[in-house]
Amino acid sequence: MKRNRLLIQKLWFSVLGLSGLIIAIILFALVFFVTTRGFRVINWEFLTAAPKDGMTAGGIFPAIVGTFYLTLLAIAAALPVGVITAIYLNEYADRDSRLVQVSRKAVNALAGIPSVVFGLFGLALFVNFLHFGVSILSGGLTLAIMILPVIIRSSEEALSAVPFSFREASLALGASKWYTIRRAVLPTALPGIFTGAILGIGRVAGETAPIMFTAATFFTGRLPSSIRDEVMALPYHIYGLMTEGTHPEQQAPIAYGTALVLLVLVLGIDLIAIIWRYRSRKMKKW
Amino acid sequence: MKKIIEVKNLNLWFGEKHILKNISLDFESNEISAIIGPSGCGKSTLIRTLNRMNDLIPETRITGGVLLDGQDIRQEHDVVTLRTKVGMVFQRPNPFPKSIFENVAYGLRVQGISNRREIADRVENTLKAAALWDEVKGNLNQNAFQLSGGQQQRLCIARALAVKPEVILFDEPCSALDPISTARIEELLLKLKISYTIIIVTHNMQQAARVADKTAFLLMGEMIEVGATSQIFKQPKDKRTEDYITGRFG
Amino acid sequence: MERHFDLELADLKKTLLTMSAMVEETINRAVSSLEKLSPELAREVISADESIDRIEIAIDDKTFDLIIRHQPLAGDLRLILMAGKIGTELERIADLAVDIAQRTLKLAGQPLIKPLVDIPKLSSLAQQMVRDSIQSFVNLDVTLARSICKRDDEADSLRDAVYRELSEIVRRDGGLADRAIPLILVSRHLERICDHATNIAEDVVFLVEAKFIKHCGK
Repeated sequence: MKRNRLLIQKLWFSVLGLSGLIIAIILFALVFFVTTRGFRVINWEFLTAAPKDGMTAGGIFPAIVGTFYLTLLAIAAALPVGVITAIYLNEYADRDSRLVQVSRKAVNALAGIPSVVFGLFGLALFVNFLHFGVSILSGGLTLAIMILPVIIRSSEEALSAVPFSFREASLALGASKWYTIRRAVLPTALPGIFTGAILGIGRVAGETAPIMFTAATFFTGRLPSSIRDEVMALPYHIYGLMTEGTHPEQQAPIAYGTALVLLVLVLGIDLIAIIWRYRSRKMKKW
Repeated sequence: MKKIIEVKNLNLWFGEKHILKNISLDFESNEISAIIGPSGCGKSTLIRTLNRMNDLIPETRITGGVLLDGQDIRQEHDVVTLRTKVGMVFQRPNPFPKSIFENVAYGLRVQGISNRREIADRVENTLKAAALWDEVKGNLNQNAFQLSGGQQQRLCIARALAVKPEVILFDEPCSALDPISTARIEELLLKLKISYTIIIVTHNMQQAARVADKTAFLLMGEMIEVGATSQIFKQPKDKRTEDYITGRFG
Repeated sequence: MERHFDLELADLKKTLLTMSAMVEETINRAVSSLEKLSPELAREVISADESIDRIEIAIDDKTFDLIIRHQPLAGDLRLILMAGKIGTELERIADLAVDIAQRTLKLAGQPLIKPLVDIPKLSSLAQQMVRDSIQSFVNLDVTLARSICKRDDEADSLRDAVYRELSEIVRRDGGLADRAIPLILVSRHLERICDHATNIAEDVVFLVEAKFIKHCGK
């Protein structure tokens, strides 16, 4: 009987371990796949020059810059709005009020919308209605809307992880609610909020659909000079290389090289977030 | 001795639950008053009424009054000045995740004091008053969480002292501490009563006996008995008090 | 660590020392009232007793209070319990001084039947024992305390000597009984004072060593 139970326990542990192993294998396979196909094209020129010879040679520098600008704008727009929303939802609003319930459902629904729909929405709102044109501005804002739910949720989590006792201590010293949030709650929640934001960045950096209609161009020889310019971007560049152009067999390796750069970028950003979270967790003892 | 806080016919409900039942009680200046009673008797709620920390709980209803220096704390004091006059130390040490210095300076900054010299002076004096200065003077910039539990609690006391309150409420301040740290805090309380009025809630009767001048016994939201500590523990007037302090129930 | 409790204990000890000084003083006066057959001194002794009684009650109160408030243990507990007992012993000694003063009032107005020899010896022994017992308490001096216990036998034999001498006088002349019996009683009061001093010394030994030495070796 006892032996039997032990056996079942061992069995389940193996199943659990196996699932973990499968995930690790998938990640490893993916990285291996992209790396083996992509690493040959990567050199200094690839990272620092513009494409040339009808996309069959040269580098991807404009796409790297474009992705950088797009994510920067997205996070700059989404972070304040997201954090303020989270503060409202978590600190101020009466939890049972209709506004809170509606906002919270909206945030959840927003997270579930397919990214291509965001792209269409950005096209309609920013590109056409607000006349921002196909530009960094339109694309960045579209991406911002897309990562808003991630930022709101992670900020809310970070805020509610701040012990109530800090708020009590601050209020008991005669601090107002707003002062308490600014000086006692936010500083404590900040590492958590930033980790959420960084993970959000990692996510938008790799999105193709939202920028397809709003910001990205397959080829431009020059770097953007204002946020009203259209730009190249890494994910869209891969898409373009694989679907357009006249020399698919020469373009494919470049696409894999670009994919490798994108992968390293995204995993790198995630790694930063993980390290940051680890360090801030080690710090806190409440 | 003058009355600093007068509680008059205080009733408190959380929603439908009647938590405090018609409590009348005075707290005199420069005395330590202890409130004892079994868990859930309303003793924490009672002192949280005195600095209006119960305002944070929705659906709280209060009748009767609490006077601070003769003025009603809900009508004649705004909550911010009330809380600078009536400080509080909580059950578990809850320093902010900031430096030792910033923890003590927090209340000063709340009051808008920004003169660095003044802040530094008051932080030092306050840490001395809280008997913590000698242990931390070399590393005021250290994170408060690196202190031991007892030191953290004394830091929290310093933080409360910094804004120069008249009254300090202690809500079971030693329940998370070891006996030595507890003894230190008790010694500190006896020193502090020279300059402050102290109200302490404790589930530890011996602690009330050791430090308090006056002791009140609460049971199921009712104040059963209040009197000089030695009288309460030598010859309580009410049988329920005697049963509680002799460990027959509770 | 500094303890507020220690201040209160020091306070208790101080009260006890004040009381013992008053008791020593009252024994002195009682004995000299007898030697000088002075009713005034005797009355002073009797009226001083009230303030000693008050101190005894204050000490009882204080020990009770300390036990309630501090739940003392070990050395603290022994100190508080023994302080209470020593207070009681001192009060009894003061009562015996009053008894001696009352004998003086009986004897005053007529000459002593004989010059006092053993009674002064006994009284100085009693005073010395009381002083030493208090001294041993103050200094927690166990050696001194034990030496007091040994001197108790000396007090017993002095009392017996007084008794023998005076009963001899009474046997010869029954009319002298009125003047002899008070002196016999005085010797007994003084011997009782020595007993109480011995008790104090035994309490001191318990205080220091947590060992009962009373009722041993007798």
